[in-house]
Amino acid sequence: MTTATATANRKLTAKDFQVPFPNDWCPGCGDFGIINAVQQAFARLELEAHKVAVVGGIGCSGKAPYYFPVYGVHTLHGRLLPFAHGIKLANPEMTIVGVGGDGDGLGIGAGHFVNAGRRNLDMTYIFFNNEVYGLTKGQAAPTLAMGLQPKSLPAPNIQGQLNPLMMAMSVGFTWIGRGYSYNVKKVVDLIVAAIEHPGLSFIDILQPCPTYNNLHTKDWYAGKDLDSGQPRIYWLDDTDYDPVIPEGADDAAVLGKMNEFLTKAHEWGDEIPAGVFLDNRATSTFADRIETRIENYRAQPPNKREIADESGRPTADLSEIFDEVRMT
Amino acid sequence: MADRRYEPQSETVTINHDELAWRVGGPQGSGVDTAAGIFQRACALGGLNVFGRREYYSNIMGRHSYFDVRVAHHPVHSHCDEVQLLTTFEDESLARHAISVVEGGALFYAAKDVEKEVQGITYLDLRAKDDLIAYLEERGLPTTLGGVLEDARQRGVQTYEADFDKLVESLADQLDIVSALAARTTNTLAVAMSLALVEYPRKYVYDALAKIWPGRQKIIDMNVAAVDLAYQFVRDTYDTSKFEHRLTPSQSKEPRILLNGNQAVAMGKIAAGMTFQSYYPISPATDESTYLEAHETFPSTNGARGSVLVVQTEDEISAVCMAAGAALTGARSATATSGPGFALMVEGLGWAGINEVPLVVTLYQRGGPSTGLPTRSEQGDLFLALNAGHSEFPRIVLASSDLEEAFYDAAAAFNYAERYQTVVIHILDKSISSKTMSVPPFDLERIRIERGEIASPNGGHEGPYPRFKPTESGISPRPLLGMPGGMHWLTGGEHTQYGRVTEDPVVREQQMEKRMRKLETAAREIPVDEKLRVYGDPAAEFTILSWGSNKGAIVEAIELLAEEGCAARLIQVRIMSPFPGPELEELLAPAKPLIGVEANFSGQLAQVLRQHTGIACDKLVVKYNGRPMAARRLYETFKTIMDGTDETKIVLRNPNE
Ligand SMILES: Cc1ncc(C[n+]2csc(CCOP(=O)(O)OP(=O)(O)O)c2C)c(N)n1
Ligand code: SF4
Ligand SMILES: [Mg+2]
Repeated sequence: MTTATATANRKLTAKDFQVPFPNDWCPGCGDFGIINAVQQAFARLELEAHKVAVVGGIGCSGKAPYYFPVYGVHTLHGRLLPFAHGIKLANPEMTIVGVGGDGDGLGIGAGHFVNAGRRNLDMTYIFFNNEVYGLTKGQAAPTLAMGLQPKSLPAPNIQGQLNPLMMAMSVGFTWIGRGYSYNVKKVVDLIVAAIEHPGLSFIDILQPCPTYNNLHTKDWYAGKDLDSGQPRIYWLDDTDYDPVIPEGADDAAVLGKMNEFLTKAHEWGDEIPAGVFLDNRATSTFADRIETRIENYRAQPPNKREIADESGRPTADLSEIFDEVRMT
Repeated sequence: MADRRYEPQSETVTINHDELAWRVGGPQGSGVDTAAGIFQRACALGGLNVFGRREYYSNIMGRHSYFDVRVAHHPVHSHCDEVQLLTTFEDESLARHAISVVEGGALFYAAKDVEKEVQGITYLDLRAKDDLIAYLEERGLPTTLGGVLEDARQRGVQTYEADFDKLVESLADQLDIVSALAARTTNTLAVAMSLALVEYPRKYVYDALAKIWPGRQKIIDMNVAAVDLAYQFVRDTYDTSKFEHRLTPSQSKEPRILLNGNQAVAMGKIAAGMTFQSYYPISPATDESTYLEAHETFPSTNGARGSVLVVQTEDEISAVCMAAGAALTGARSATATSGPGFALMVEGLGWAGINEVPLVVTLYQRGGPSTGLPTRSEQGDLFLALNAGHSEFPRIVLASSDLEEAFYDAAAAFNYAERYQTVVIHILDKSISSKTMSVPPFDLERIRIERGEIASPNGGHEGPYPRFKPTESGISPRPLLGMPGGMHWLTGGEHTQYGRVTEDPVVREQQMEKRMRKLETAAREIPVDEKLRVYGDPAAEFTILSWGSNKGAIVEAIELLAEEGCAARLIQVRIMSPFPGPELEELLAPAKPLIGVEANFSGQLAQVLRQHTGIACDKLVVKYNGRPMAARRLYETFKTIMDGTDETKIVLRNPNE
């Protein structure tokens, strides 16, 4: 394993973003396709490994950071977004990719999910949607529909289902896509576009869990149970759906796009849309907003500011601050 | 000590001309803080030493709040339970505090309140009403505020009636403004009347107004007119000869700043080069973060503009995780909270512990458990700070006792965090956060920034960086996220030196031992003067063991004892982890008796001492009503201990605060 850097005579490949360690997901798990796609996306984007952090939650999905030779941060259950925010805010040069489960993101971490939307910080969040809690042996995730009973559930699910796409849109994620983990090629395209988007991106990845989700399997997604025998998933780029909210769009334009989005995000069953649902270029990023207050934020971010001279003396000059409270 | 209910708390306090204890009370939102701000600045500008204590309810408007300001020619470190001068504008303050004015003292009251029944005071707690009514009935006095005033007069207190409405009217006439506008000067009028009564030069009051409203000349002019009116009114209306107290400015020209504990901590963090702070609002921690946000950029000696990025998060879980994330990149980073928020941070602290993240958490204790007494003080979270988290990881716990320590410790916390690459909990309390004091300007020359062992991994090795390589000190060089060649993993799971999760028993032992070794290294390296400090007579056997904000009152109590020839010493523990057990064993050997003084129910420090050394305190003096200790009450308690009381746990109570 070496440090991946593109040079003039050698392009990076997915291999540059692989590690020589065994992987302990169940055979056939949809998670493999996702990390495979991330590795290809990093290579295509020619990222420098040391400028990338992959930040995971807890769950089968949360282990994904171990499979990249970048800064890999395996955090706490539900907390990948706050950790990722801290890293990105303090070192804005880094490319941040969050990887976490549906329970992690919309169960225990839902508060962070909602509030991350308000900030539109530049990072990509890959959401492993298997409708179950894999690592704790198959309980219902918040993405599981009411009435369904995957094999670990002693009785059908009596709690309602969250739609991650609608959640992401309503709280303010500015780039929203959906992929399918067994279609790696499409997932690579989505990840590349999501990382290139200069704000908060969300990719809902339909990720079969062969061990616990016996309802929405690879065969189910392939439509084998349907009369048509056609795959359930269809791609938005094969339709005339346009996900873009252009820079400077007015309220009416935004509202119109949201309505189209809702219609698409609501589709499920025999035909499931995937692809890019939203590409909102009209909303400012968190870094832009910080710069209105801390002018040199990008030039002197928290991790770079020189805080001491050679002899360790503070560089902060508190005389103005003391003057405010100076009495005699 | 007997549980004295609505009763004067002490007969021993007499008028002392070197100092003045003043109290102002009023409903929240009515400008009590502004009044106290004017008073404190006027005194500080006249070279006096100032100590202010703020008491308030968890409420925005209407509930009772009050401010104690003690000013003196000598340094003052605590408040007084009894005051010489009380300013009230309305019924509740008069009902609550008249009893706390000493013989020979004075109070101002509003003319319109005299007939009011105690029973009818809206927010006065039922317990306080019952006690006050019983007290008045016992003395055959009417159960009205008139009765309260009569009792005060019988106890030798001067009562000065003030018709604030009338004063406002005449100010409105004089300045040709509407009364609603003139009424905004009511606080200024009240403060000026108090200062006029003690014949304090009014130029300092003018200067105080200019400090409070810099550049807002119209407001200043209106308030200056109010000051003049108040001084004139006091001279024309009152017989001031019966109130003998006078306050003279000091000749001292020593430089002084006037600030509170939240500000001192914020300044310490800025000085230390903190560049990132996350927080979720909670009393009494919030003011630190909002102060930082208001001062997010500042000049630097290197010519660049310095800054702190302050982020308000969705909850404390996010706050601690975000701060830890920022710290991984090399930014000096912290979060600030109080008990309920700290409780939510616990899992994040463990993550920072196992990942050896230099993370500073500022913990302002308030009354607990649960929501407890959100705006009152307690030292109830020592166990929490020491033990928060499942299993074990090394942590530094640093306890400050006053504003100067708050500043320097806030800065030192980052050195400890980076040197030992672990969690530092800087523990303070509500008393410190909201107390105001005039102190010498902090000296940045005393601060040296030490970043600890940072790796420079560029080249020289293949594969991932061995971030958690075991070392003798337990400290391993730390690559910062974003450094070329420094790539490794971080995980809340037990891990190999590369940060990859493992459950191997041998690696587990190595990593556990490596982490915990840092605590031994810290115990060895941190100078004893940082760990604990001794006040009073170092040779005295009579020994008080305490921590945090009680220090000021204890030191004054020891001074009172010394005036009577009784020797006593205070040992203040500052570093709670690694606990200075060996140092204390030696220091405490001659202690007789050993008295633990703490603002909690069970004497948490005393228990920690026993856990580490086997030494038990002979007596425990505790206070847990949410209010700070006063020097005189401590002094009286220490006297009863010297006189051989057989009580082993003495609870300090004051129903009138
Ligand atoms: C605070 C906390 N509570 C509970 C757990 C136990 N736990 C581990 S993984 C998990 C669920 C993971 O489900 P999901 O996020 O959907 O990830 P998946 O395994 O399906 O990829 C839970 C509840 C934990 N690690 N931490
Ligand atoms: S339990 Fe499901 S999600 Fe987890 S590794 Fe196995 S197949 Fe994958
Ligand atoms: Mg899941």
